[in-house]
This record gives sequence, structure tokens and C-alpha cells, in this order.
Amino acid sequence: MRVSFADAGRADLVTILSLNRHVTDVGQPYESQRKALGDPMLHITSLTKTFAGKTAVDRATLEIDGPAMIGIIGRSGAGKSTLLRMLNGLTPATSGEVTFQGKAVTGLKGAPLRAWQAQCAMIFQQFNLVPRMDVVSNVLHGTLNKRSTLATMFNLYPREDIGRAIDILERLGIAEHAAKRAEALSGGQQQRVAIARALMQDPAIILADEPIASLDPMNAQIVMDALRRIHDEDGRTVICNLHTLDTARRYCDRVIGMFAGRIVFDGRPDQLTTGVARDIYGAGDDFSEAATSTAIAVLDRPGMLARMPA
Amino acid sequence: MTDVSFGPQPGKGGPKSEYLAMVRQKRLYGSIILMIFVLMMISGFQVAQDRNAGDFVPGLKHLFDFPAEVLGEAWTNRAAIPGLIAAHFPSLVETVNIAAVSTLVGALMAMVIAPLATRGLAPWPRLIPVFRRVLDVLRAFPEIIIALVLIYILGGGPVPAMIAIALHTAGALGKMFSEVAENADLKPMEGLASVGANWTQRMWVGLLPQVAPDWFSYVLQRFEINIRASAILGFVGSGGIGYDLKIAMQWGQGRYDQVVAIFLLLFVTIVVVDQLSSHYRTTLVKGRAT
Ligand SMILES: Nc1ncnc2c1ncn2[C@@H]1O[C@H](COP(=O)(O)OP(=O)(O)O)[C@@H](O)[C@H]1O
Ligand SMILES: [Mg+2]
Repeated sequence: MRVSFADAGRADLVTILSLNRHVTDVGQPYESQRKALGDPMLHITSLTKTFAGKTAVDRATLEIDGPAMIGIIGRSGAGKSTLLRMLNGLTPATSGEVTFQGKAVTGLKGAPLRAWQAQCAMIFQQFNLVPRMDVVSNVLHGTLNKRSTLATMFNLYPREDIGRAIDILERLGIAEHAAKRAEALSGGQQQRVAIARALMQDPAIILADEPIASLDPMNAQIVMDALRRIHDEDGRTVICNLHTLDTARRYCDRVIGMFAGRIVFDGRPDQLTTGVARDIYGAGDDFSEAATSTAIAVLDRPGMLARMPA
Repeated sequence: MTDVSFGPQPGKGGPKSEYLAMVRQKRLYGSIILMIFVLMMISGFQVAQDRNAGDFVPGLKHLFDFPAEVLGEAWTNRAAIPGLIAAHFPSLVETVNIAAVSTLVGALMAMVIAPLATRGLAPWPRLIPVFRRVLDVLRAFPEIIIALVLIYILGGGPVPAMIAIALHTAGALGKMFSEVAENADLKPMEGLASVGANWTQRMWVGLLPQVAPDWFSYVLQRFEINIRASAILGFVGSGGIGYDLKIAMQWGQGRYDQVVAIFLLLFVTIVVVDQLSSHYRTTLVKGRAT
């Protein structure tokens, strides 16, 4: 759970040391959230990714026990996307380990990897739908891991799956677009289709890589509300990369800060002081929160205001 | 006048030079048909010359007598031509059939090989050069050469022609398919990968909808080319309209009305397919623009 900086050995050592004090006693707040089944769920140990000698994620260590809504913040290039992609298995880890309910999910290949991916859904900044296909088909793609290749080729899906896909679309408020091509929808609607596809997988974990970075504030709020609801109502763990601070504060129970590939903060939103944020974003004294704002704050979110630190 | 078919840098890739290569090939086949026709006429002319024990040079001024003779005979027997067209129609169907089957088989092979040879899509990136070389080799051999070898091994008939055309088609279409696929948006495939879809599912669902219009228009163009190729292969023993034409021309006088009938059939077929495919391709392009 704690990040060791013993061998950080870089010029920014001072920064990290100054941050280290925030990485203290964060375990307890989440203890209360553990459900009966909530034995260690997702454990990330020393997870590292190196691209051609450049370290994108540097010995990331995290414990996620029981359902949680987690935001990962950090400036562009901090390694947020790479971390999520390694969790899902889209990018193989260079070293380190991820275990889910005690079983290692790093180093998997072929069918076991795909079976893990089916349990660990992913949402992308650019939605990554099949634009020429209709919305329901895109949602049904969430079941591809269970479908045979031949059934996929003939676009054959069980009737109950089609029904479930439409139910999910209804839940997300976009059922009226069910028959449209995905490309005909607005960005916010497409992202909700992507969330529907993720829900179709019925996953324990939903990873969202900057899900609102391409959306206007109004749609950003709709999408974040949907993710929060999925966590609250279904008890799924949602891990959300957000490059803006205010969104993380507003929607997440736990915030992880990354800087230059390392996890430099792991705590509750109220522990995230301007000083800490300044360090996470690697900014100087001129840092202001407005610089990382998505302006969701402009739109009121009544349910969440109570959650916000004063 | 500049001839675009011998346009710039034939070695360099890119859709433009690919297209020009295709135009070249079409013209090549057109001129081969023409050459065979001319050769046949000359040989027929020489037979006549020998029989008449005349000289070549004085006979030269009678060169155009031959087409005149062909057309003349056809004109005299013009009443028979519709009947002859009907009589040779089954052979035309056979030729078009050979072209259709081999285009289909070749296109299916290309569909499988192309993503294997494309960066970003290939499941085994290290084997990309291998699959590219396979396509190059398939494309390098003209159908006639493959067909002659196969006819030698398997005997005459439509099967050697189908295999020959299909192999060449796989090579030619594979390269074009791969170039189209290279420009495909990878995001849908990434989304499907994150869901746990296997490679075939990712290609089928994520790639195919993107490339289908372009791939299909290349297949139509190939079909046109393959009708010509199939007609030519008839001359070397694969049957169909090409074989009929060969027999009719070898027979010589008395069957010239058949020669004309067959040429009319072939000509009309190629024009019709050409028109259909270019019409369809424009609608494809227009459909995408909107
Ligand atoms: N496929 C890749 N190849 C090479 N370098 C990469 C690749 N993906 C990410 N990186 C590098 O890794 C670092 C972290 O990137 P990323 O995880 O995308 O950061 P973030 O999502 O926080 O903006 C960056 O320096 C980026 O340039
Ligand atoms: Mg990113």
C-alpha cells in the first residue's frame, strides 16, 4: 500500500520526500468499506512499465480492497494511462505483479488474458466504439469474450443479451438511440454507450481512462454521475484517470496521485491540499486549481456537495 | 501525349501507384487479347499465303483483306450471329464463372493475409515481413505462367485456371487490402481488445466495417481484370469462351461469323462489368462523402 522511494535516486527526490508524508495511514478509511466477500481484491505490487528504456510506470504499489471509487490524478505523461492499461492487460507489464482475488493477472496470454479482460472493463477517452455499428451492437460487444467467433461473424446474440443491453441503455438514459449508428451520437452519448458496453461485461472492476477529457462540462457531469451511480448501486470498483483535481475531489472516495511514473499520493480527497496538488502536478508556486479544472464545479451536483471538503 | 500507364516510379508503393499498376495490368491483358487475335489472323493469313504459294510482301497489301474477310463473312451470315451468340453463351458463363470463383477465393485469402501483414493489426508483428513476401511472390507470377504449370500437372479444364487466377488475385488484393487497413482507425479494435475479444473477432467487428467499402471496390476491379485473364487462359486450355475463340479461329474460313459473335460477347461483357463496377464504386465513394 505504501510507496517506497528508497531508491528513487532522482533530482526530484526532494519532491517525493516532501510528498511521502501524505502517504500515511490511508488504509483505515477503506477498511469500513470492505464487504463480507471483500477479501483482498486487487493488489498491485511494484508494477513497472518501461518503453524503450523510458520508465512510464515506476514500481506502482496499491491495494484495493472491496468496492471503491478511485481517482488517479497527475499531469499528462505521469503514467496514468499506462497503469490502467497494464491492469486491463492491454499493455503487458515489464515487471511487478497484479493479483485479483489472490490470482495473478499479470503475465497472462491468450484465452486466460481475455477472460480477465472480460472481468475488468475499460472505458476510453475517445470512447473506442465501432462507429459504423448500431448502439445495441456496440453494447453487445461487451459479451464477445463469451461468444464464439462464428456467432460473432453472423452477428448472432442471444435474445436475453439483447434485452439486457437495452435495459442497460435505459438505465443510462440513452435507450432512444438504441438503433442509431454509434457515430451519429454526441460525445457524451457515445461515452455512455461505452459505459453500457462495460456494464454488459458485468465486471467487478471498471477502469476509465480520462472518460470526460473529450466532453463538455455538461456531458462530463452526466458521465461522471453515471460512473458514480454504477459504483454506488452495483458495488463495482471504478478506477478513473482524471487529469483534473476538482472532478477527483467531487466524485472519488480515494485519490491516487502520480508523478513521473510513481505513485506519490494515496489518500482521501480531503487530504489533498493545494500543496500536495502542486507537487503532484509538478507546478511551481503559481499553481492554481483553476488550471486543472474541468469546470464541472460550475454545475451543481447536489448529492456530491456534502462529500466535498470545505 | 504522355502515357499515364507508364507513370512515375513504378517501384514506389502508395495507392496511386497501385492504381496505376492496376490500370497497366488491365491494358496489358487488353493488348494480349489483341495480340493473340492479331497473331491468329497473321497465321491464318500465312496459311492462306502458303496455299496460294504467294509472296509475303506482295501479300502484305492484302493484310487488311483478312479482317475484311472476317467481317465480310460475318456480314453475309449476320442472320446467324444472334444464334451463335446464344450458342456460345454457356462458354461465356463458364469464363465469367472461373473469374468469379477465383476472385472470391483470392479475395478471401487476401482478407486473411492482409491484416497479418499490416502493422498495428498483425497478431505476430515479427512475421509481417514474411506475410508481405508471400503476397509479393503470389503477385509476381502472372496467371498464365501459373496456369501453364498447373495445366501441365493437372491437365486442362477450369480448375488450373481458377487456382492460377485465385493465387495471383490473393497477392494483388492482399497488398491493396493491407494498404487500406493500414489507415484504419485502431481505436475500435483497442476497445474490443479491452473487452476480451479474440483477434478474429476484433478484425471482423472492428476492422471490417471500416475497410469493407474500399476492399469491395478493389474486388470489383479485380473481377473485371479476372474476366479478361479467364478469357485468355481459355487459349491455353482452361475452357470457356477463350477456348471457343481459339477453335473458331483455327478453323478459319467458314467460322468467321463465330469469331465475330464471340468477340461481341466478350466485348459486351467486359463493358457491362466495367460500367457496373465503376457505377458501384462511385456510389461507394459518394456514400462515404456524405
Ligand atoms: N506505447 C508507448 N510507447 C512509448 N512510450 C509510451 C507509450 N505509451 C506511453 N508512453 C510514455 O509513457 C509515459 C506515460 O504515458 P501515459 O501513461 O500515457 O501518461 P498519462 O496517461 O498520465 O498522460 C509518457 O512519457 C509517454 O510518452
Ligand atoms: Mg493518458
